[in-house]
Amino acid sequence: MEEKTINLTVNGRKHELKITPNTTLLRALRDQLGYTEVKNGCESGDCGACTVIMDGKAVNSCMVLIWQADGSEIVTVTGLGDANHPHPIQQAFADSGASQCGFCTPGMVMSTYTLLEENPHPNEDEIRMALSGNLCRCTGYGHIVQAVQQAAEEMSSSGGQK
Amino acid sequence: MSIQAKPLPKVELPPLRQIGQPLRRIDAMEKCVGVTRYSADYAMTNMLHAKVLRSSKPHARITKLDISKALAYPGVEAVLTSDDMPNQTLVTDMPGQTGQQRRAGSDAPVLAKEIVRFYGEAIALVAAQSLDIAERAVKLIEVEYEELVGVFDTEEAMKPGAPIVFAPDNIVAEHKVKRGDMEKGFAEADLIVEREYRMPYIDHAYLEPESGVAWVDDQGVVHIRVCTQVVEHYRSIALALGLSQNKVHIEGTLLGGGFGGKEDITVEIYIGLLAMKTKKPVRLEYTREESLKAHSKRHPFIIRHKTGVKKNGKITASQVRLISNSGAYVFLSPYVLMYATSSAVGPYYVENVDLHGYSVATNNPFSSAFRGFGAAQACVAYEQHMDEIAKEIGMDRLELRKVNYIQTGQTTATGAEITSAAWLEETVTHSLAKLGEKSKPSADHIKIGHGFASYMQSYGRIMFFHDTSQAWVTLEQDGGVTIRCGVPDLGAGQISALCQIAAEVLGVSMLEDVVIYYTDSALTPLAGTSTATRQLYMSGNAVLMAATSVRTNVLTFAAEKFDVTLDDMDIAERKAFVKTDPTKFIALDDLAKQSAAAGVELSNLSMFKAPFCERPDPETGQGEIWPDFTFGAMAVEVAVDMETGEVSVLKSVACHDIGRAINPVAVEGQIQGGGMQGLGYGLMEDLIVDQGYLKTHSFAEYLIPTAYDMPAIQTIILESGTGKGPFGAKGIGEPSLTPGAPALANAVADAIAARVTQLPLTPERVLAAIKQKKEFV
Repeated sequence: MEEKTINLTVNGRKHELKITPNTTLLRALRDQLGYTEVKNGCESGDCGACTVIMDGKAVNSCMVLIWQADGSEIVTVTGLGDANHPHPIQQAFADSGASQCGFCTPGMVMSTYTLLEENPHPNEDEIRMALSGNLCRCTGYGHIVQAVQQAAEEMSSSGGQK
Repeated sequence: MSIQAKPLPKVELPPLRQIGQPLRRIDAMEKCVGVTRYSADYAMTNMLHAKVLRSSKPHARITKLDISKALAYPGVEAVLTSDDMPNQTLVTDMPGQTGQQRRAGSDAPVLAKEIVRFYGEAIALVAAQSLDIAERAVKLIEVEYEELVGVFDTEEAMKPGAPIVFAPDNIVAEHKVKRGDMEKGFAEADLIVEREYRMPYIDHAYLEPESGVAWVDDQGVVHIRVCTQVVEHYRSIALALGLSQNKVHIEGTLLGGGFGGKEDITVEIYIGLLAMKTKKPVRLEYTREESLKAHSKRHPFIIRHKTGVKKNGKITASQVRLISNSGAYVFLSPYVLMYATSSAVGPYYVENVDLHGYSVATNNPFSSAFRGFGAAQACVAYEQHMDEIAKEIGMDRLELRKVNYIQTGQTTATGAEITSAAWLEETVTHSLAKLGEKSKPSADHIKIGHGFASYMQSYGRIMFFHDTSQAWVTLEQDGGVTIRCGVPDLGAGQISALCQIAAEVLGVSMLEDVVIYYTDSALTPLAGTSTATRQLYMSGNAVLMAATSVRTNVLTFAAEKFDVTLDDMDIAERKAFVKTDPTKFIALDDLAKQSAAAGVELSNLSMFKAPFCERPDPETGQGEIWPDFTFGAMAVEVAVDMETGEVSVLKSVACHDIGRAINPVAVEGQIQGGGMQGLGYGLMEDLIVDQGYLKTHSFAEYLIPTAYDMPAIQTIILESGTGKGPFGAKGIGEPSLTPGAPALANAVADAIAARVTQLPLTPERVLAAIKQKKEFV
């Protein structure tokens, strides 16, 4: 297959890449652009570990072909904050014990981000529904739900987005 | 009727500053901002990509294996088969310890030679310039098979004339535990209760598939960066690669989950061979489907109980027969069987026991370690069986257990004395009190059930392995603390717990002052495996010893300065001070500098040794096996739809005596996460293998609990302070899983007044049990 030129903005940074258009967004991000924080857990849309925000919506990046992402804006977990200036969601996850092995965490954080954008005050049922596409094998989800609640509280008391 | 929690005995735990605090784990923030590197995140210059060709048949003779087309494909740099192996077998000896007694000829080959014994067995390896090329090249390898008759069912495999997986027969391990007089025990009984319980294959389903990268350096050392629970495998890897042990270097990364599935060797030998052959770095990352095919599984078991019991509930004799499915290769089956058989009567004192287990080879995926290691399967049977006995003798199921619960000072089925607190009644009554009254059903066709399960489970390895762990702790001259310890961190917080212990002892801030180097076979002192719920116990004690030694050295030096004794000194908040007059102090960095100038040792390497013993008697299984046990319980409320068979978990509570919580948030995380795995085991998890063929290739088919499936497990942490770990801690990693499935099964049986004896409790099975009960009425 012939390579095509694809333009992507990732965490505010512009990238132009030559790539076969049937490459997945996951592989392009991880293998070509070095965004290894996007995790490969199944490559079939079942686990949510590769969740990123594409043009404002959470997607499984393994289920998006790169030509579909041409011209889009992507946000990964490193685009939200860093260890010195974490996003309130990242802070809440770290403080609540919501990350154990941490492999699901980048995807969980991005799904939480989308949830709180759409619904700043979700109840427990809404949180669990919103995260049901992100598998976690370590926590039993209790601390994750607590972290989302804590982040929602923190973000609304600090006037929404940081 | 609501249950009252049994009041706890008075315990006085020594006051500590940081132990017991819910500190943020040292690895938590980096994981949440996405900067933690896992083994698949590393790339190197000129790196090649590997793929594995796997068997498409469960039992066959390879009649043709032609790699010429694959080798000729542009961009392919190596294709290897068993002919290229320096040594044919994969030695799965228990790493680093005295040897395993496996049957000759049953070792798994690294690459199949002539015969494949399960669907997914590795046959050939490819390394190529891109993953895409490697994937194409694997398909160009030509394999032809002559199919052989397979054996897939353990009971069939035990019959004379069954197809043989390994000569002379399919029974690859046997374990016996006997004591007392069974005839007398059964004669004393008023009733004998016999039942059978079955458990399926399940998968660890860690989110991180197996991966690694290997390269060879100018000394000829093969470096392997890999996600593994066992860095000590470097010895077996060296044997397989035909190298001396000092020429294999395992650089372990933080794991994206393990649960026993990364306890056996996964990608290490493959990438080591390919790197040696191509002289380039080689990376291999399993796909999810490959992970489900290629790595070990939890052993399916059939467990039959025959129990003699008096009308007052006293158990007089317990006969248990266990059959585990080892699959196509033995791996840790003999030890899983030993755990299951030795734990088969549960946390009950039984004078007369006859426990006999078999592990049987079949042409299925191979089984090995999985959180709970046989003891979890034993609990699925013994706790359902206790409910069945209670029903048969018409006694309350909690009262029946109270009559039989083992006490401190009594002996287990193998004759080993319980030396720590055995808070069985405490943990179960706390669980039930919190579970409360039964909820009201939401409709006429909904039935509510309550169930619970108690357990006891070992932490620390089998004592005849003569287990040790080492840690090296240094006080730096700026007051920082450096730990070097070969511990692998599976995600459970193993490294963070060690940092919290060192911070406590040396009076520094865990998050600001402590750095740990970990999981490196050459550069960190060997700490043993992250398995068997042993790292807090073993490496925790090693760090405590090393840090205490450094503390003693510098405080002795400081005491002289202040003209007091060592006992008068303490360290906290980066200061060494006189306890009775804290205005007399010296900053830790100054103390470190002055101590160093005076030749005081600021570094200590300590080895912690678990108690050693000999193997138990092979005929009776009598002897000590484990250093100590954790005791606990779970209680579950379910709603069962009598029309559809659907089971919903409404509430669950877990209560464990963990001795002492080093970090209560981390402990709660283990209890909730392990408990959820246990509930998943009971409710939904089922790796389906049909005539040797795996039918569950993805997480769309192999289902594990999602956030939407069940509410959070409520946790109650009790602290008896009697554990053998640092500060009186016991282990909780594996025990947290154990009571989940049987508590759930007992709740369903309570709801529908019938029992499904085969896990998982699918709607079909629940509905069949309801229907069968109606037909009998």
